[in-house]
Order: sequence, then C-alpha cells, then structure tokens
Amino acid sequence: MTTVEQVVLSAPASQRPQSRAWRKLKANKGALVGLAIITFFTVLALTAPLLPIADPNGTNWSAIRKAPSAAYWLGTDDIGRDILARMIWGAQASLLAGVLSVAIAVVIGVPFGLVSGYFGGWIDQIISRITEAFLAMPFLITAIALAAFLGPSLMNAMIAIGLSAMPVFIRLTRGQVLSVKNEDYVEGARSIGLRHYTIIKRYILPNVFAPILVQATLMIATAIIAEASLSFLGLGQQPPAPSWGSMLNVAKNYLSQAPWMAMWPGAAIFLVVIGFNLLGDGLRDALDPREA
Amino acid sequence: MKNPIDPLLSKPASAASAPVLSVSDLTTSFLIDGIWKPVVRNVSFEVAPGETVAIVGESGSGKSVTSLSIMRLLAKRSSRIEGCVMLNGRDVLSLPEKEMQQVRGNDAAMIFQEPMTSLNPIFTIGRQISEALTCHGDISKIEARAETIRLLEKVRIPNAASRFEDYPHQFSGGMRQRVMIAMALASKPKLLIADEPTTALDVTIQGQILDLIKLLQEEEAMSVLFITHDMGVVAEIADRTIVMFKGEAIETGTTEDIFHKGKHPYTRALLSAVPRLGSMTGHKWPLRFPTVDAATGARIEPIEVADTVDRRTQPILKVENLTTRFDIRDGLFSRKIGAVHAVESVSFELFQGETLALVGESGCGKSTTGRSITRLVEPNAGKVDLDGRNVLSLGTSELREMRRGIQMIFQDPFASLNPRMTIGATIAEPIVEHGIGKPTQARQKAADLLERVGLNADMMTRYPHEFSGGQRQRICIARALALDPKVIVADESVSALDVSIKAQVCNLLMDLQQSLQLAFLFISHDMAVVERVSHRVAVMYLGEIVEIGPRESVFGNPQHSYTRKLMAAVPVPDPARRGIKRNLKADELKSPVRPVGYVPPTPNYRNVGSGHIVRIEA
Repeated sequence: MTTVEQVVLSAPASQRPQSRAWRKLKANKGALVGLAIITFFTVLALTAPLLPIADPNGTNWSAIRKAPSAAYWLGTDDIGRDILARMIWGAQASLLAGVLSVAIAVVIGVPFGLVSGYFGGWIDQIISRITEAFLAMPFLITAIALAAFLGPSLMNAMIAIGLSAMPVFIRLTRGQVLSVKNEDYVEGARSIGLRHYTIIKRYILPNVFAPILVQATLMIATAIIAEASLSFLGLGQQPPAPSWGSMLNVAKNYLSQAPWMAMWPGAAIFLVVIGFNLLGDGLRDALDPREA
Repeated sequence: MKNPIDPLLSKPASAASAPVLSVSDLTTSFLIDGIWKPVVRNVSFEVAPGETVAIVGESGSGKSVTSLSIMRLLAKRSSRIEGCVMLNGRDVLSLPEKEMQQVRGNDAAMIFQEPMTSLNPIFTIGRQISEALTCHGDISKIEARAETIRLLEKVRIPNAASRFEDYPHQFSGGMRQRVMIAMALASKPKLLIADEPTTALDVTIQGQILDLIKLLQEEEAMSVLFITHDMGVVAEIADRTIVMFKGEAIETGTTEDIFHKGKHPYTRALLSAVPRLGSMTGHKWPLRFPTVDAATGARIEPIEVADTVDRRTQPILKVENLTTRFDIRDGLFSRKIGAVHAVESVSFELFQGETLALVGESGCGKSTTGRSITRLVEPNAGKVDLDGRNVLSLGTSELREMRRGIQMIFQDPFASLNPRMTIGATIAEPIVEHGIGKPTQARQKAADLLERVGLNADMMTRYPHEFSGGQRQRICIARALALDPKVIVADESVSALDVSIKAQVCNLLMDLQQSLQLAFLFISHDMAVVERVSHRVAVMYLGEIVEIGPRESVFGNPQHSYTRKLMAAVPVPDPARRGIKRNLKADELKSPVRPVGYVPPTPNYRNVGSGHIVRIEA
C-alpha cells in the first residue's frame, strides 16, 4: 500500500518526526536512565551463555546459604547454587515473561478495544460485557486458571498472563477511542471518504497510544511478579531453571537467615520496573508532536 | 439605596466624582520557560461611577488578562502584576489576600463567558446565590432566601420563586448567565466586570442579556467594565472604549470617537473587518470584505465581481424533504421515549458557483442538515441528489466515491486536524487514499493547494500545533479542495476566528468560489457574515426552513417573524444605536424534542416572489 508517510518523508524535511522524537527522548534524563537500566539487564540476559559465571543449576552442598563473598559475589541459595549466575540466567525468563506477556495483551487487547470503541453498537456490547466478566475475576486467579489449563511451561505462563492482562487494555483503549472519535478531525477523515481501517490506523490509534504505552510499562512490572507467582506454583518456569520470581518465592522462607537471597531478585525486579516506567513516561512525551 | 442614574446623563457628572476603578501603568507578565514575558504592557484607564467601559481586542490582545489582573485572579507563581490599580479608593495590588477576598464580590464582581461551567452542578441555584449573600454579609437564612428570590426576579427570571430549588442543568445557557449576574449583584458591587458574557450565547439570547445589563446598570448605578471581541456589542453598550492590541491599549476614547474618528490603523482595520448587518443593501452579489493597509490604515474597498452562479444547468445539489431524527431512549430496555426532530422535511437547491447560507440558532438543525447531506449522520427520510446521484441510496464504496464531490470544513480549527500528522500528509492523504495520484503527485498538489490558500509550500512538514487558528482553517480549506469537490459544506467555518481573520478567510472562500466555481453550503449563526457572503439564504427554526430566498430579498424584506426577531437581535456596530432597547422577552429557545408518534404538521408556504418562499405561520 502506498502510504502518505512516504509523501512526507520524501519531502525536503527539515525535521523528520522520527528524529525529532529521538531528540526529545535524548533530552529527557529520566528516560535515558530507564533505557540504560533496561539495556543493562537485557544485555546481561542475552550474553548469559558467554559470561564467565558458574552453572546456575550446579549445587554445592558445602556452600549452602552463604553470604556474599569473593567466591560467591552475591552469595548462594538454600541448595548452594550461585545467586549471581541464577540472577543473570533468571533475567532471561523474567524479562521475557514481562515483555512478551504484555506484548500478547497489547497485540490482542488494543485491536478489540479499537473496534469496540470505534464501531459501538452490538459489537461493542459483546466485547464490553465479556471484558467486564474477565475484569470481575482477580487478575492472578485468571492467570493461574489459564496456566493450569494450558499446562506448566514458561511459554504457557506468558500466554496465561497475557490473556489475563488483555481486558485491561481493551477497556483502556475503548475509553480513549470514545473520546478521540468525537474529535472533528475524525469526522473530517470520514467526510473526506477514508476507509474505516485508515481512520483507525492513522487518526485513532496514534492519538490513543500514549496512555496505552504507559499502561503497558506498568503492566510489565505486574507481569514479572505474576510470572514469579506462577513459577512458585509450578506453573511457570520449571525448576531447576531460574527466574527472579521463583528465586524470590524460595527466598521468602529464609528471610531472617539469608536475606541476600531475597534482596537481589527483589532489587532487580524493582530496578527493571522503574526502568520501564521511566522509559514509558519519556516515550509518551517524546511521541507527542504537540510538545516542542 | 436605589439611585437610578442614566448612564448617558451621568457621564458629565462623573468627571467630577472619583472614579470607581483607576488603573495606571498596569503591566502583567507570565513566567514562560523561566523568562518573564509581559502580556499586558502599561495599560492605564479609569471607570467613572455609572459608566460602561469596554475593552475590545482580538484573541491574545491581553483584554482578559487585564480584567483578571484587576481582580488578582491570576496564579501567583507564574504571574507578576505591576502598576497601580485603585478600586473604590483602595490599592488592590498591595492588599493582603484575605482582604482581597472581601474586595472580590463586595467592591467588584465578575461574570464570565461560559455560563455552562461557571455554576456548581451539584447545588441548587437558590443555594448558590444565598451562599454568596451569607458569606459577605450578616444575614439570616430566611432573609437570604427572600433576597435571592428578589435577585432572581431582578435578572428577570420568570417564576423566580419556583426555580429556587432547581439545579443548574435545568437552566438554559441564557438563564444561567442571568443566574451568574444575580450572583454578581448579590453584594451590590460598585463595579461589574463582564468578561465576554454573551459570546457563548445565541444572538437572540445575547440581545436579552445585553438589555438586562443595561437595565440593571440604571437600576443599581453600577459601573461596568465590559470585555469583548465584538464591535457590535461595544457599540451598543459602551460609553467609552479601550482598544487593545498585543498587550497594549493602543487607543482610548468615547465609543463614538473610536468608531468614527479612530486614529490608530489597527482600530480602523478592526472596524472595517466588522461585518455590518444592512451594509449590503443595493448589492446584488456577495461582496468581499474591505481590506486595510496595516501601515497607513487606509481602507481598500473591494471590487465587485461578476456573478459566479450558473443557473442554466441543473442544480449541483438538490435536497428534498430531508428528515433526520435522533431517538431518545431511556429505561432498562432502552425504550424509545421520544425523538429530537433535528431536521424536518428540509428542501433546497444549490447551483454551481452559488453560496446558500443556512442560518439559525443553536439546536435549529442547521449543522445536522449539513451532516445529513454528507451522510455523517444517517437521515430518516428524504432525497439528496448530488450531481445526478442519490446520495442516500449509496453503498459503502459508492459513498466513499461520492464524498470526493462534497467536502466539509468544520468550526473549530484546533480540533479539525489530526495532531499527529504533518499538514503535508494531511492534505495529500485524500489524494492518495482515493487513488487519484501517486504520492509524489499528491505532494506536488498539496504544495500547490497550500500556496492557493495563502500559505507556504515549505510548511508541509510542520504539525498543526505550530499554526494559528486562521492558518489552520486555511489548511482545512486546502484539504477540502484536495479532491476537487463541487460542493463544500462550511459548518460555522469562520465562527471561531477573530474578526480580522474571519474577513480574510471569507475573502479566500469567495476567491476560491470565483476561480473554481465552487458551490458552498454556508452554515452559520452570524447574520452579518451571511449577508456578506451568500447568494441565497435559508433561515432554519426548530429543524425546518421557515424562510428561503435570494439574500437581498430575505434581508431586505424579511417575512417570517423568526427571521425578523433574529435580525433585530444582531448587535449593530453603530454607537448611535446605543440606548435602544429591544424589549425582547426573557424566553428561551424552543426544544425540537417530540414524544413518540408525533406527526409534524404539513407546512404551507407562500411565495413572496423571485424565489423568496416563506412558511405560513400558524
């Protein structure tokens, strides 16, 4: 499909929207900090096989629940595994669980929300009632039920979390669409004879995307914790493979004897969540052409 | 306490007595990006007892900031007020905030533009007014109630006592503005500051409110500081006028002097851009607005151009018995309990190169008519024939095709452009989407169109927020032209613009009509603009056309009582008419909501001659 964006890009543009958004993001210190945190953990997770670290699943019965030391930088857990190695390998599962499950929720939820809000009528009634039914159930219970139904594995856990988080995005998107679709420019787009698909893609979606983006970054945090809960119940990451959530769940039994077991995964989750929130805020501002 | 003073008589006397308000060297600055930027500079004026002073200017001229500075209603952190404001002998700017609260309401009261949002929706009208009474004076509840009813009667609200317990949503806009005035009068202020109090109101309601303010001023001997952009309103109400431009008071004088002997070029430019109802007598065709040389203030009269209407061919747009109703549903099963008869068997024809104006007040169905023709709303019945095709029977893809031939321009230029798209993309989009041209061709055409509407082609990569209201409206026009339409529905397209910009955009539309043989359906509430731009006029009331005909005939010889009422209510920018009261009754616009099963009476029309048709009144 020929796009109108091409028209603009091929024009002698003094300031392309993409480069402008990037410049604004660069000027936002908070967003850069967020980006740095996320990049740091992502690089760690990706390079885990290459790093000179211990086997995350290798146990050492002579070094059980050891405090951080030169040999074990971050200490060891209840069956003598190196926490540093488990943290790095666990980043894979946790980041994947957070990002992928939210991606599932957004990719499925947002289109439903767009259709529901834009067209209204019976289609909106059906989607909204089902969404409300889902929202009536606690998020985690839905996720557990779905994960149990799909069978225990990290992938299934992510799908379960994604589907449970989806109603939030349907509701949020629908509400935003309802306010945007009454703007004159949407009516103008209709009166100029554009297709519904084009209107939704170019007029509605870009104007409702900011709150969705912010919600998504917040949801990543929830999803990482949800993955932890599922792993604890044996429905997520399968032992002995590590994830921050499952490490945290084990650690809570030894809070007084070995506080470092809980501290590191807790700190990592905290940092990643902050990182995503800062980046989300920055992106929201950077993508808005109204702010200089 | 009553001391009726005629504002005209009081003027010579006021020179001797001390002014109620005296402003000298008022400078207000706002903190923008860490820098103090003055938005009002060295403004000085006085308001004598019983006098009405108008501050007039276009948006951004600092007129509202001036009034807010006097009342010290600006946010403290981001604003700085310098100079001297003496209100009733007290220096307002040096008072502590506690005492200032006493000044507000007691010495000076204020009414605002938006009556719909200035009242608290969760308290009754009576409670809100009596609260204003009890918080400023020692007064018992029973006395407060009696006083409230007296005030409501004073502002001529019918059946005041029975409306004491009503909530704001039960009042119309005009009635709410009366309530606001009653609240302002509660503590008998010496000065009433009215910030665009009639701008949001319909013209007949505006007339009523202006009359009311004049009447109350005589009864209460108040001074009034009236802030407005409307020269017609100024001419009607003000003894003296201050013209503001870019934060400075560029000219001050009696209203007669400002209107007839204005010295500053801007004053003259402003006045020549004001459409005057009745100025078109003797002109057969629409006439462009005169332009004014910004440097010298010399008026350049428009050249009358030839007729653009081609009546030999078939009408390009033919509407027959168009009817649009919106169902009102209520209850558990959304039972239909009535319908808004928004458009009720409306018929008219529009020829190539012609401008037909649809005029009427809010709720008369003029916008819905435009939207029904373009099928943005689905009409219930009727026939719309655009260039030989019946619009109402088209399927989805044919409808898209049809929309190439008829385009819309909306009212609010700030809402009618997608904030996330560059204006180049916005204008080129319809060309690409309709498969008329390749992206490169579309871009070329967008550039041409921008030049055509008086903008620059290299503005294509900018976003809408970088443009002013008038420029945005030009962009909307360029976009509407992208598909080479035959008909353009301009829905209040110039209403939101400042008067000088309004004149320019109207001139642009007329230029385009001449060069492109466009037909305009010009929807507006502004009688004076309509008189200037249209060939024919249709007056709408409660969803029906009550009068339609050539502009000269409808304006020169109005037949329907509603048309006459509408024309009488338009403020005329002529100070000689000041003091004339319209004696309009304090009524409200009727509602077009009807119960289920309502069958509208078949209208009968009579022909006045030369296509001038009037609905026979029952």
